[in-house]
This record gives sequence, C-alpha cells and structure tokens, in this order.
Amino acid sequence: MTQPSRPLVYSDVDIKRILLGVRTIAMVGASANWVRPSNFAMKYLQGKGYRIIPINPGAAGKVIHEETCYASIRDVPDQVDMVDIFRSSPAAAGIIDEVISVASDKGIRVVWMQLGVRNDEAASRGEAAGLEVIMDRCPKIEFGRLFGELGWSGVNSGIISSKRRKYAS
Amino acid sequence: MTSKYDQNGKGQHKYGMETRTIHAGSSPDPVTGARNTPIYQTTSYVFDGAEHASDLFNLQAFGFIYSRLTNPTVAVLEERIANLEDGRAAVCASSGHAAQFLAFFSLLDPGDEFIASRNLYGGSITQFGVSFKRLGWNCKFVDPHDPENFRKALSEKTKAIFIEVLANPSGVVVDLEAIAAISKEAGIPLIVDNTLSTPYLCQPFDWGADIIVHSTTKFLSGNGTSMGGAVVESGKFNWAARGKFPTMTEPDPAYHGLTFAETFGDFGYTMKTRTVGLRDFGPCMSPANAFYTLMGMETLHLRVERHVENALKIAEFLDGHPAISWVSYAGLKSSPYHQLKQKYLPKGAGSVFTFGVKRGYDACIKLVESVNLFSHLANVGDTRSLILHPASTTHRQLTDEQRKNAGAGSDVIRLSVGLETVGDLIYDLDQALK
Repeated sequence: MTQPSRPLVYSDVDIKRILLGVRTIAMVGASANWVRPSNFAMKYLQGKGYRIIPINPGAAGKVIHEETCYASIRDVPDQVDMVDIFRSSPAAAGIIDEVISVASDKGIRVVWMQLGVRNDEAASRGEAAGLEVIMDRCPKIEFGRLFGELGWSGVNSGIISSKRRKYAS
Repeated sequence: MTSKYDQNGKGQHKYGMETRTIHAGSSPDPVTGARNTPIYQTTSYVFDGAEHASDLFNLQAFGFIYSRLTNPTVAVLEERIANLEDGRAAVCASSGHAAQFLAFFSLLDPGDEFIASRNLYGGSITQFGVSFKRLGWNCKFVDPHDPENFRKALSEKTKAIFIEVLANPSGVVVDLEAIAAISKEAGIPLIVDNTLSTPYLCQPFDWGADIIVHSTTKFLSGNGTSMGGAVVESGKFNWAARGKFPTMTEPDPAYHGLTFAETFGDFGYTMKTRTVGLRDFGPCMSPANAFYTLMGMETLHLRVERHVENALKIAEFLDGHPAISWVSYAGLKSSPYHQLKQKYLPKGAGSVFTFGVKRGYDACIKLVESVNLFSHLANVGDTRSLILHPASTTHRQLTDEQRKNAGAGSDVIRLSVGLETVGDLIYDLDQALK
C-alpha cells in the first residue's frame, strides 16, 4: 500500500552518489514488451553504461535487450549492486525480503522502488539489514534530472546553479 | 523550490521567486560555459546512430530530434516557467491560444465537455464557444461569482474546469480555492489562466489548481516583442483514479501504444501535450521568441511590482474623476473583489483593469483617440501603457449579452498600466478626459 504519511525527500547528493556508485542493477518486473515503462528504463540505463539484469518469472530464460532474464534475484549468477523494483507496493515486501536474504552473497547495497512504489515497513526492514532504500522514484528520471537531460523536455529539475552542468553518459 | 528536492544534501532550501526568475532552468551551457542562454536557432539535431535515432523517436531516451517538439532555448524557458509556478513540467507554444488548444487536446475527445468561467479574455470565449465546438469539444460558460455554479454545470462528460483567477478585462477575482475543491471532488483538473496575475502575484497550484496556462506574450516577456504561450502541470493530478482520462491512461495509438501517465509519471501530461499535441498540430515556440521571453522574465519581479504600484495610483485617480462612473480594480478597497484579492493576490491586483466612462460609447472612442502616451492597441502586459475600448475591438465578435457578461459593455475602457512615470500617465488620461 502507498502510505502517504511522510513526504519522501532524498538529497540530490545521495541520489547522485548512488547513481554514480552502482554499475549492475537487477530490475525486478522488467518487461519484454517494448512499450512498457520498465523496458524503457532498462534501455535508457543501458545506454548510460549500466548493466541491467532483468528479473521476471514470466520471462525467465528469455533475452531482453541482450540480457538473459532470470526468475528471481537468487538465480542471478553475477554480483549485483542495486535492485530496482518495478512491481506493486505490496509486492515490494516479498522482494525486499528476498534481497535481504541474498544481499551479502550478491553484494547488493541499494534497493530502489520505482515511481509509485512505496512500502515503508519493507523499507525499514531493508534499512535495518544495512541496505540503502529509495522509494517512489525512477532511476531513469532521476538520472535525467540530475545530469541535465530532463530539462530538455521542460521538466522542472529543481536545480538552481551557476556551475557548468556536467553531462554523464 | 518544490519540497521534493534537497539539492545540496544540507537540508531543503527554497530559493526565492527573484532568484528563480533569473536562474531557474539556465545553468551555464555545458559545452561552452556561455552564461546567458544561447539561441539555438536550428530546426534539427544529428543522431549518434540509427539506434539512438530510434530510441529518441520511441521516447526511450531524452534528447532533441526536431524543434517542433523540443529546442534547447525553448526548454530553458519551459523549465523556468514550470519552476516559477512550482509545477512539475511545462511545454511552450507559439501563443497563449495555441497553449490553450494543446491543454485541452490532451484531455478531450469529441463529445466531451468542460466548464469555463464566463469572465475570460474575449478571444478565449470565442475559441471555446465557437471554434472548439467544431471539434466536438463543448464548453459550458458559468458565472464564476458563485463557485457552486461550476458544480451545477457538471455532467458525466465534464473533463475540466477553466478559469482566469484575475479575469481580463473586468478585474474580477474568482474564488480559486472553492472552485478547486469542486473540481477535485469531481475528479477533473482545474485549469487556471495565470496570464494577468503571473506567478509573482498568484500561485494557483498552492490553491489546488492542476494545470496552468499562460500567454507569455504578456507580463512574462513583458516587452511586447514576442508571441508565446505555455502549459504547466502540477504533477499532482491522479489521471487513473476515475478512469475519466483514456487519453492519459490508455495505450495511445498516436504513440505505438505507449501509456503516458504510466510511462512518464508526474510529467506524463506534459509529455503527451508535447509529443502528440505539438507534434501533430505544430504550434511550437521559436527559439528567438523563447530568448526574448527569457530576457524579459529575468526582471519579472521588479516589473510586476511597479506595474501594480502604478496601476493602483491610476485606479485611485480615476475613482475620483468626475467623468468616470466606476472603476473595477480589485486593488481598490471599495472593490467587491478586494477580499478575494487579499487572499489570492496579496502583492497586488495586477495592472489590467476597466473603468466606465459616464458619457458612454462615443466618449470612450474620444478617449482612446485623445490619449498621447497610452497606446491604443489590443495587448496587455507591456512595459508601455495601453488603452483599449473592448466593445469596439477585442470583444466585438461577441453578442451584446456576452459583452455585458464579460465586463466589456459599451461604456467600458480597459487599461494595461505600464512602467512610465505615473504622474505622466495620470496627466495623459486627465487631458484626454477633458
């Protein structure tokens, strides 16, 4: 459930640190259908140099954007820095519990819930287990916002600065 | 700044309106370091390769394709307007009228309805009541003085409510918060034309508006050089809640089945308006006009402050003049709108208002022809003071009843008070009224 209790505020400094620090992202709920938002985000982030490993039981064994899709995070044979959750808010709970159980084995440091996905209880469990948790944000949109691309579409980046903006690629 | 962000990781700091009119959206150019926003006078942009091109066309990557959709100079203006309105995103258009067309195109299908205040700029009344009708978009006009009138006009087909918070030309101030509550209850967006108040005087999103439209031609550019318009979204409207907006929440056949609200979240409406409305109808803003508008906007806060100061002095002068029967300026304590003005426009009631000339139509014609400093023309929000007789010009297309309802009867003169020496403006009106 979405819990509208407290507004979620993350500092741009923290979001930038996470986005510049992680390289391999497991995307839970990645869709093979190219018009789905998860498919868009996957392709965009690949273009920015991230390795995205799709997780989707319904598409396990298929190849999405040249990456093999797995049924669960546990099945991923490689190290993963961050898990990006493209599922409903209630479903995020089970995914976070799975992440907690495999975090040290896989090297997972960050759990990121997509725009519209928020589960405060699960987030607290993740944080207690030493994970950094972001909710209700999209890494594609945040990347675009912080590195200047989102403003190209007239979106308010919220950034006021007289420093020359550096584009990350 | 929007409360969602904490730029420096040192706690949230909300930059002031004055800082944002100068800086929002315009960090120095990443390649050259150019401090002012360059005019990117180009129609198109090279692709890195075929893959990049297809990513851009599919909206999978952010980037420039063709200036009908996006342009780096126009984008700075869009972000600045979105920021000043405390909104999520904005899209600019070739004029305020084009912006209004785009704002509704993203919401309405043929047969749909919307409700508009009858106190609007005359051009909007004609656009909504006559030209939109030919597209099957039906507008019901209501008297905005009683917010309940909007509720009474609601039907299953109603998709939006449209108002001017400070109405042109009559100086009517409407009860924004009460009307926003009605639109919220009905699950439809409230669209506010904030042209005459500007974000400096009024912040419609704070009172529950969902979409703001502007004619940037007026106070935002301020100098009477450049046509332009803008559509701004708050990012807070839930398009999916009632299933009323298939244009936002169902796969769009104009974009290979993409669903805008889902794919772009809180700026989905802006993306839809840009990538379908602007793309398919083409009323884009030119880079040069965006540049002139940005130049003007840097001084929005200073200009509007003086516009308001001059307007109040002139309204007070006219209020005491023997040839004048009434003055409709919400800044006057005697105005029936003064209380609403104090709530929604605490820094001032703008600088566009009307007054009545006792001797009627012919005396109005004599007045607009006898002034020396006021310019007789059909615009508002210029540095120069402007005068107009709506009944013989902007509102000529309307019926007598529509004119009267819009506050543009035959004895009515509209002023847009500029930034000249206020004593000179008073002298000019006084000599012309003799």
